[in-house]
Amino acid sequence: MPFLRILLLRLLTTAITLAGVAVIVFFVIRVVPGNPIAMMLPPGATEADIARLSALYGLDKPLVAQFGIWIAGVVQGDFGTSITTRQPVLDLVLGRLPATLELSIMALVMACLLGGAAALTGTRYRGGRTEGAIDVANGMALSVPDFLWGLVLILLFGVLVPVFHISGRVTPSLDLPFATNFYLFESLIRLRFDLWADIVAHMFMPALALAIPLAAIIGQLLKQSLKETMNLDYVTLARTKGYGETRVILREALRNAALPTLTLVGVQFTFLIGGTVIIERLFSYEGLGNMAIDAVINRDLPLIQGIVILFAVIFTGVNLIVDLLYTVLNPRLRHG
Amino acid sequence: MAEAKPIDGRSLVRRRAGLRLWLSAGWLTLLCAVALFAPWIAPKDPLAQDLFLGRLPPFWVQGSESGYWLGTDSLGRDVLSRIIYGARLALIVALVAGSVTCVIGAMFGLLAGFLRGWVDMVISRLIDIWMAFPPVLFSILLIAVLGPGLWSIIIAIVVIDWTRFARVVRAEAMAQGAMDYVASARVAGRGRLGTMLREILPNVLPTIVVLLTLEMGIAVIVEAILSFVNLSISTDDPTWGGMIAEGRTSVHQAWWVLVFPLVTLFLTVLSFSQLGEGLKDRFDPVLR
Repeated sequence: MPFLRILLLRLLTTAITLAGVAVIVFFVIRVVPGNPIAMMLPPGATEADIARLSALYGLDKPLVAQFGIWIAGVVQGDFGTSITTRQPVLDLVLGRLPATLELSIMALVMACLLGGAAALTGTRYRGGRTEGAIDVANGMALSVPDFLWGLVLILLFGVLVPVFHISGRVTPSLDLPFATNFYLFESLIRLRFDLWADIVAHMFMPALALAIPLAAIIGQLLKQSLKETMNLDYVTLARTKGYGETRVILREALRNAALPTLTLVGVQFTFLIGGTVIIERLFSYEGLGNMAIDAVINRDLPLIQGIVILFAVIFTGVNLIVDLLYTVLNPRLRHG
Repeated sequence: MAEAKPIDGRSLVRRRAGLRLWLSAGWLTLLCAVALFAPWIAPKDPLAQDLFLGRLPPFWVQGSESGYWLGTDSLGRDVLSRIIYGARLALIVALVAGSVTCVIGAMFGLLAGFLRGWVDMVISRLIDIWMAFPPVLFSILLIAVLGPGLWSIIIAIVVIDWTRFARVVRAEAMAQGAMDYVASARVAGRGRLGTMLREILPNVLPTIVVLLTLEMGIAVIVEAILSFVNLSISTDDPTWGGMIAEGRTSVHQAWWVLVFPLVTLFLTVLSFSQLGEGLKDRFDPVLR
């Protein structure tokens, strides 16, 4: 199948998926009991006040009409106005997105490093006690989700040996010179390493909690394919040339064993991003997920819609990119 | 040579798998017993507050009060008794939510994988849409819609997690459906429904059992997360997640309020997961 056709087909299914998400989230949250307008007015407000404000937010129209108005806005980039803060949803959501992106990417990097180290060590000392220990650790890391790892980390590095911060994104008393909300990235660009260290000390535990389960998956799969690769002829050839075992693994086997792991990492990355919701809550990290939970608690319907749609766009976007990359990298699929 | 110890890798793997199967099953059995006999085992009333006995440390720490083995929380409620009663909710959610999710998800998966065609197209598209939702946010949203309570938690878990079963069972059913024995059954005169239930289902069942065990662990976690954000059941009733949420805020003053429910939750989730993995190895003909 030519690449263009695959691309168009995938774009079409992605569009259907996003439309489905929009429909479901819109109608599910309209069933929420409790009038969000009544909640934002002071106790003395009259019926007329409520009616006027409902009209302002379009909440007095029939559901289908509300959906039509909302979707027409979304397509033009207008996600409505938040009921609790009265700011445009798009501004609020884009303001928090950098925090969540930085956390997710830091977690992904940690997962690749930890998982890669586990796989390489396990392959280097395969068949022995070291590999057994790595397998047991991998099994544990995989069995327990990020939420529990986060709590364990809080106890270990927040209470027992308090080396990292257990809440927030940056120490509040610090003066921030940033122009964007990409704090971690911008502190590096501006060479403010004091700020950078403070931000990392805040992000380390939530990122590690997100990384541990993914690291285990990477470790297992990469080790498996490394071990298979180590039995191939070309690796034996490299060995007969007198290369040491470590060099053979790093220089010869790793490149060939990495592709299946890379595809898996792409899919698993969406699960990691989904995990940020509760991890941000746990560490009071000011990202999208934390804002989403507050929005649900405050019944801020436009804000909930906006955040869910944004998450769905990120998820389907990552999946789309991974699929296309796989098609490009794997010649069998391209010419099949 | 008959007495020689088995040293080949495969028997080692089996022995380790056997041990973790027994340890996990042991912990879960203990938990079931504790939950069942909670009123007789719990040393205190899990709801009784006594502000004069707030934040008592566990029994081996200076300043503890006899009878409060694992200490008390800020309201003076006994931590051990609350963990014991919390096991009831955790296990009910695990069993009921896990089973219902399993039945519904497996049914959709079987239908999609065996019938193919437009049924498969609709179900696959639904799975795609579901996968585009962040699951934790989706569950919190559902609880906000349904209102807090045991049934809301169970419904939320079923609504969110049916795709776990549907995806895997669909793939398995497709693979089985292509095999000769299915074709022979059809030739022998079995109807489509009969073939699906009598021929395909029994062959997919081991996978379903493994997934069910894993799902029970996930259900326990989801309940804990929902109690953690204070959306599970009423705030007075003892839940592990609720205890953890309280312990998280007072972790510097009273670590035991966080540590003991966390350890219990950790072991329970680990046990369900290891039980599932152990069963997978048992069912896997290559290892056997």
